[in-house]
Parts: sequence; C-alpha cells; structure tokens
Amino acid sequence: MAGSRQFMVILVVFALLAIIPAIAAWTDVPFYNDLGRRLMILAIGALSLNLIMGYGGMISFGHAAYVGIGAYTIGICAEHELVSGFIQWPLALASSALFALIFGAISLRTRGVYFIMITLALAQMMYFLGVSLDRYGGDDGLPLAEPSDFGGLIDLSDKTSLYYLVFALLLFCLWISHRLVNSRFGMVIQGARSNEARMQAIGFPTFRYRLTAFVIAGTMAGLAGVLLANHTEFVNPDMMHWTRSGDLIIMVLLGGMGSLVGPIVGAMVFLLLEEFLSGVTEYWQLIFGPILILVVLFARGGLLGFLTRKDDENG
Amino acid sequence: MAEALLDVRGLRKSFGGVVATDDLDLAVKQGEIFAVIGPNGAGKTTLIAQLAGSLRSDSGRILFDGRDVTRLAPPARAVLGLARTFQITSIFPEFTALENVALAVQAHDGHSFRFWKDARSESRLRDPALAALDRVGLADRAPVTARYLSHGEHRQLEIAMALVTEPRMLLLDEPMAGMGAEESQRMVEIMLSLKGTQTILLIEHDMDAVFALADRITVLVYGRALATGSTDEIRANPEVRTAYLGQDEGID
Repeated sequence: MAGSRQFMVILVVFALLAIIPAIAAWTDVPFYNDLGRRLMILAIGALSLNLIMGYGGMISFGHAAYVGIGAYTIGICAEHELVSGFIQWPLALASSALFALIFGAISLRTRGVYFIMITLALAQMMYFLGVSLDRYGGDDGLPLAEPSDFGGLIDLSDKTSLYYLVFALLLFCLWISHRLVNSRFGMVIQGARSNEARMQAIGFPTFRYRLTAFVIAGTMAGLAGVLLANHTEFVNPDMMHWTRSGDLIIMVLLGGMGSLVGPIVGAMVFLLLEEFLSGVTEYWQLIFGPILILVVLFARGGLLGFLTRKDDENG
Repeated sequence: MAEALLDVRGLRKSFGGVVATDDLDLAVKQGEIFAVIGPNGAGKTTLIAQLAGSLRSDSGRILFDGRDVTRLAPPARAVLGLARTFQITSIFPEFTALENVALAVQAHDGHSFRFWKDARSESRLRDPALAALDRVGLADRAPVTARYLSHGEHRQLEIAMALVTEPRMLLLDEPMAGMGAEESQRMVEIMLSLKGTQTILLIEHDMDAVFALADRITVLVYGRALATGSTDEIRANPEVRTAYLGQDEGID
C-alpha cells in the first residue's frame, strides 16, 4: 500500500527539486542547478534499476551500461552532425533497449550470484568497447559540439529549460513506473521475485516477463544517459564503469527497494553526501561507507522504509 | 477405462541407481478423488513432480484427457488444466491472500503484457479470487499479507489458488502435512465440499483423511503400485497391511 507518508515524501522531494533553480538564482550559486540536474538524472537511473532489482529481484550489476549506451548514442550522433533530438533520442532509447534485450536474454538464464557476475561482465565489455573507440575519443571521451536540437520546441543549451525538462521526465518516469508495478505485468514481475517456481506452476512463462522488465529498465536507463550527455555535454567510458553501476545499486539500497520513491531519495542523499563529505575531506568515502552500512543494517527498506514505517504497520 | 481423465502408462524415473517410479500405471476418472499412499520414500513426491511436469520421466507416457503431455513443461500442463499444490507451502509471502489468488486468476486470463491498468482494482481478477477464498473458508482473511497467515491457512490458500484456475484436475501433494488435528479436520471438510465436482489426485500421509475422502486408492511401495482399489478393498488387502498400513497406522 502506498501510504500517505510516502505521498508526503514525494511531495516534499519534488517541491524541493522544483525550487532549486530559484534558489540558485537568488543565492547566485549556479552550481545548485547543476547538482539538481545531475541528481534527477541519476534518480531516473536508480528508479529504472529499482524496477528490476527491487520489484523483479534481478540484481543487475551492469545497469550503468545502458546509461552509457544512451549517452554514447547522443555523442556519436552529434559527432556526425546529427543533432536533431527527434532523431537522436529515439535512436538512443532504441539502442539501449536493443542491448538490454540481448544482454538480458543471456543473463536472465542464470540466477543469483551468476546473474550479478554476467551483468557485470557484459557491462565491463561495453566499458572497454568505449575505451577502444578511438574514433569517438577512446579513453578521453567525446565532447558534444552542441546539445540535442528540438527546433523551437525547447532549447537545451538553456540550463534552466534543461533543468525543468529533466524534472518533468523524472516525474514522468515515476508515473510510468507506478502504473507498471501495479499493473498485471507488475504483479507477474513481483510474483517471479517472490516465488518463481510457483509462478511457473500456475502457468506463467516467467522468462519473457522478466526479459521485458529488463528491457524497460534498460530503456529508462538509456533515457538517463541521453539526459546525462546533454547535461555534461560530454560522454566518456567512465559512465559505463562498474563502479557507476555500483553507485546506482547503492542509491537504490540507500533509499529503499520497497517503494518507487526510495531510489529517488537514495540518489538525492547519495549526491548530497558525496558533495558535502568530499568538501570536508578527500577521503570522504571513509565516512560514506559506514553511513551506508548503518542504513542497510538499521533502516530496513532504506531511508524511505524508515520514514514510512507507520504506513507498513497498518498494511 | 475410456473415460479416464489422467492415464499413466509404464511411467519410470530413476535417480542414479535408485528407482523412484517403476513401471507405474494409473488411471484417474473424471470427478473422483484418487489417493496415492505409501510409506516414506515410496516415490510419491517424485510421481507428482512427473505428473506436473517439473521432473522429466525416463520412459512411459502420461495422457491427460486423451492428450499426450509427457513432454510438456509445467506451465503448458497448467494451462491444460492440471493444477498442483506443493508439499512445502509455496505461496507469495509478500502478497496478501487476495493478491495470491488474484495472481492465479491472472495466469489463466490470457497474457499478462498489460502494463497500465491497476491489477488490484480489476474486478475480473478480484471477484473470482474472492469467490475461491470463500470456498476454502478464507474470505475474511483476504486482506492479510500471506506471511502472517497460519500454516493451515497457507494450505487453504494454496487450494484456493489452484481452484481459481478451474482445473480439470487438482494434484494435491500432502495437503495435511504438518497440520494439527483441528486443521486437518477443516481441510477434510473443505475437500469433501469439492468432492464430485472436482477431480483430485491426492498424495497424503494422513490415513484417516485418505479413507474419509478417497474414492479409490493406489498403494505405492518402492515406486511400484502394490495395489489399487476402493477404500474397502485396500483396507482388506493383506499385502497392503503388511507393507504399510499394519505397521503403525490404525485403519479400523
């Protein structure tokens, strides 16, 4: 049950995100804008990972690969002077979907640790592919000559427009995910996580449903990649490195797998802690690590589980 | 024998050197409750796994409603109308009782590539699920998360999940396992209420329950059918008495 507290969290989170550009303008610190955008883009990535990890029980350790594929498609298109967003974006989403379909079809034949390792290996393959693409910058990455061009519809070089586009897309993804996990399809995905043998016994061919979920999540991650490329105006192989996939997993765990908003809160807290702690000390991960352990140990269901505990007791 | 709903011929399964099912013939008629009994290790659970399709048979044939299903996977058999419950409770612990049953309804209502409509509020799923819960006496427990139901209620839930698929035949793997006397009695009553309308193949340890419910019984020993007959015939069979019943189970 999505309780009232969870709804409150959504309201607070999005109200906060909505006024960040105003705060940035008022305090004259454009960096807040930048941070807010990055935060929301990674929130889309974490949200998409949570669809398969939290709801489907598929712990993909290579989810950053689809972010990277989305971003690289934009980068490569721009390199060839194909800048129309109407072409770039569908192409990027289709690429992410295609790779998710292929990689998913391979990795979903395994379970548990093997699944984690195969998704990790496939993603690392994409990372090294990025490194070896000398035509597209190789190790150094590829700067975008210009962001995606949507004609007169929206100007992405205007940072505030980009901010609110990301904001709208995050809301859109949250809404889509909400419909998805509560639909018949969503029930099948959650059933397969809970008890796959039983699902098959009552007649569900679970593989194709899990694969579909994997492709949907990969496509949504691709969207995060598209936005990330436009945000940084730069793509590089590091986006696909396994530590980026690890970051996404941490965001999901930190915020809580049990709900849709959890990963968004997780992405926020992750980036804010990173920002704050790295200002305090160069060895910020020394502090971040123990915080994460405490959350996982003591706040079951992540930060959101902690905030909405009352809801669960009634559920 | 022409009207046998389930017809098993010369079924075999061995694990290494151990023969679990040995040239077994069975015929279950439409509408009857057919029980398979036998001591531990007689191959009862192997048999049900072969019938449900989760275990490949080495040889032999399984005909269901005249159709050869020997090579079919479990989902395909479920679609044909063979519904199975598990010896060990197998439900969706994070779902409510209602959601558990609704998921079973959904399994038999076409494909589930439906991404948009809220499944929990669909009356096409809810109504049959609630009706099935009512048939097994769990109507008032519908909104409870399955994890918090008692063991006996889990078994009732499983039967509701099987019923809702309107199966041609129910495969029940020790539905009374681990139940107290009161819970067993309740389960017997639920199954008696299904008798006549629902074909059931029952594998069970609880002799009182078996003799109260079954139309016919097969006694399985070391994977072989030692005897098949009505409850009275089985009760009177001297071989059965020595092989199984005489030991510690009173049947009088």
